[in-house]
Amino acid sequence: MSEEKKTPLYHEHVKLGAKIIPFGGWLMPVHYTSIVDEHRAVRANVGMFDISHMGQFVVSGSGARAWLNTMLTNNIDKLEVGQGQYTFLLNERGGIIDDLIAYRIGEEKFLLVVNAARVDEDFDWLDRHRAKEDVDLANRSADFGGVAIQGPNVAKMFDAELPPRNHIVDLTIDGMPVSIARTGYTGEDGVEVFFRAQDAAKFWNLILQRGAKACGLGARDTLRLEMCYPLNGSDLSPERNPIEAGLGFFVDLTKENFTGRDVLSNAKQNGTKQKLIAFRMDGKGPPPRPHYGVFVNDARVGEVTSGTLSPSLNYGIGMAYIDAPHAKIGTKIDIEIRGQKFPAVIEKKPLYKKKT
Amino acid sequence: MNVPDDLLYTESHEWIKREGDNIRVGITDHAQAELTDVVFVEVPKKDRQVNAKEAIAVVESVKAASDIYAPVKGTVVDANQELSSNPALVNTDPFGKGWLFVLKIDNADDLKSLKDAAAYKQQIG
Repeated sequence: MSEEKKTPLYHEHVKLGAKIIPFGGWLMPVHYTSIVDEHRAVRANVGMFDISHMGQFVVSGSGARAWLNTMLTNNIDKLEVGQGQYTFLLNERGGIIDDLIAYRIGEEKFLLVVNAARVDEDFDWLDRHRAKEDVDLANRSADFGGVAIQGPNVAKMFDAELPPRNHIVDLTIDGMPVSIARTGYTGEDGVEVFFRAQDAAKFWNLILQRGAKACGLGARDTLRLEMCYPLNGSDLSPERNPIEAGLGFFVDLTKENFTGRDVLSNAKQNGTKQKLIAFRMDGKGPPPRPHYGVFVNDARVGEVTSGTLSPSLNYGIGMAYIDAPHAKIGTKIDIEIRGQKFPAVIEKKPLYKKKT
Repeated sequence: MNVPDDLLYTESHEWIKREGDNIRVGITDHAQAELTDVVFVEVPKKDRQVNAKEAIAVVESVKAASDIYAPVKGTVVDANQELSSNPALVNTDPFGKGWLFVLKIDNADDLKSLKDAAAYKQQIG
């Protein structure tokens, strides 16, 4: 039998007829009706994703803030209580162990929301580097379920007022204690909600009744790729640093000390060998996929890390690491698909811009 | 799931319709439902000689590219060009307008290795 874990919403997915696949050690819904339908529901109305597989750590103690700031790239001193930020956990070579959101939920108390497939690795890394006398670290991943509710009509799903962007609040909804963060991975307005595992099915069904469409990992991937949000394991890895991934905005080099700082400082000053670029296919052809080769004038200059047919734009889009001299917006490139080259062009991120 | 009784099937979810010395091939209703949202189809060129179980077409959904195999040895005599402008026909009419290619078969006995509707139904549960 499979060893994949089931989220507290697993039986709800089965009830809705989801196609279930293994992902990051979990059995997760890839779609319920179709990826395109679910994608469009999020862009036009509101969709709900099970994110119970993601990990939650709580870091607390008198030294929590100072220590965490040496472990993460962004500056948590900039957070007021109730505010969160996107940040990276790096190895000594500046490579990305994980990308995560750190919320300050007390003066010296932080909630870290990490990728499902990296929970154990992140926890071990943090625990090994922890100043044990004044920092507590707890893996609370098994205690919580979570959903992302995303789309322009997200506010209609709630009676209570939602927190401002990147802020987190504790609320009680229908008797259920929940934490609601105004964040997401789709480019739409949205929230991520965490609740006790035993409340998962009740909360899920409440939001479905209010008109959200159940959405799977397939749509989550196409939505995030249109926005050029990176996926750890595809676009990010321990061999890549945030500067070459184009995510230097989430690295605060004014901090004197954090793991990987010297490598990143050097990368920022002297440039990197490759850069993560976004591209779109030019004309009709198959959609790009991970590991396809990228060519300029018949010379191989890099490799696709993420690719799909964009349901919003209706053409192939992707991201690729390519040699830095070619990584300019407007550069014509070729993507090699099954031995044949198809034209593409480097585009500005994000690939999808919301019509206002 | 629709599994017409008058067709033959492969383990890899192709359907096969006998048309004299030729066979018409597509993917089953079950396969299109698993893939969902077919966004690109690559069909083989005419006159190509193909072996049984050789990958000769590609059906791409939003999520992934899937190889489609020649069910038996033969020669491509026709391919569905309409799919280049309307790949979703594979979803909406898998046994009709969503057909992929026609092979002239070398040996009619080769068809004996294929599954009938009952055996395919059992496979997909």
